[in-house]
Amino acid sequence: MKVSFTINGKLKSVEVSDGNSPLLWAIRDGLDLKGTKFGCGKAACGACTIHVDGKAVRSCSFPTKYAEGKEITTIEGLSVDGRLHPVQQAWKEEVVPQCGYCQPGFMMATAAMLKEIPNPTDDDIDNNIINVCRCATYYRMRKAIHKAAALNSQNS
Amino acid sequence: MRIKIIYLSISFFIIALTLGFANMDDNSNKKTKEKQAELILDAPFDKVMAVLTHKRCINCHPAGDTPLQGEDSHLHNFDIVRGENDHGLSAYTCNTCHQSENNDYSGVPGAPHWALAPREMVWEGKSRIEIAQQMMDPKRNGGRTHEEIMEHLTEHELVLWAWDPGVDAEGEAREKPPVAKDEFIKAVKEWISDGAIIPSE
Repeated sequence: MKVSFTINGKLKSVEVSDGNSPLLWAIRDGLDLKGTKFGCGKAACGACTIHVDGKAVRSCSFPTKYAEGKEITTIEGLSVDGRLHPVQQAWKEEVVPQCGYCQPGFMMATAAMLKEIPNPTDDDIDNNIINVCRCATYYRMRKAIHKAAALNSQNS
Repeated sequence: MRIKIIYLSISFFIIALTLGFANMDDNSNKKTKEKQAELILDAPFDKVMAVLTHKRCINCHPAGDTPLQGEDSHLHNFDIVRGENDHGLSAYTCNTCHQSENNDYSGVPGAPHWALAPREMVWEGKSRIEIAQQMMDPKRNGGRTHEEIMEHLTEHELVLWAWDPGVDAEGEAREKPPVAKDEFIKAVKEWISDGAIIPSE
């Protein structure tokens, strides 16, 4: 079946033999956007987090057929017009990543959270960002999330 | 020597007889239990409650603010919480992972309106009588009439998901409730049409 959607501002179509196959596969293998990672494959770790119509979604557990007509954003589309998204800027300034594998998922989850909670407390961060980082960069991520919130409010 | 053989023969006979009786006793108990189960499951109320107290229902009617999951009804991984509207937190909702149908690739279950039952509809740890009283009490059931409860139990996609629970992350089929869907629907209609009488236990 053919599934069409907008991804990172561009209209794209993918052909999948099974509409229930994970959107993550279509993104990585069909559209060759490798920034979104496969972690656990059971919607637990969050490495595959993307935005569907602005909401954080675990793409390993999101059927491709549900993407029809939706606005999809991956880590490749987080920056706009070559300018880093405040979350990316903060991640860079706080030197968050260690191995880096899980970080796109964390950044996408954070960007979605900041839309809902522009100035998150530590509790908000603990409750809403529940991805998994094997390098345990959580402390630096917390600092970066607060910094991203500050950058966001400066920009607005 | 001859006396020893006689003693041994008598001993073997007594042991065999005892084992035989024990086995007969087991069989008889089993049959009685099966008979009791048949009798219990014959009443519409009992059929309804056998389903509502099953893990497929209880996991989303937990006593706390965290859903239960799995065949052992453990607390949902990652400290997932109900949030203000029972759909999770503002930036991390149930739909971050659960969609409107089961996902056999990830083993994540899904159905329309995936959410926790409200706090006033906690079933975990309650007896079937308490659950029934609570379910039929408009103050604790969201103001629903008997007819609306009947409709909810027999038509709501999230309730009926219990008979199509999909597979877990290991590809193992989730357990279904102990009463077949059609039988449950029939029992709900009979029980409520007959006045939704809650027996005393």
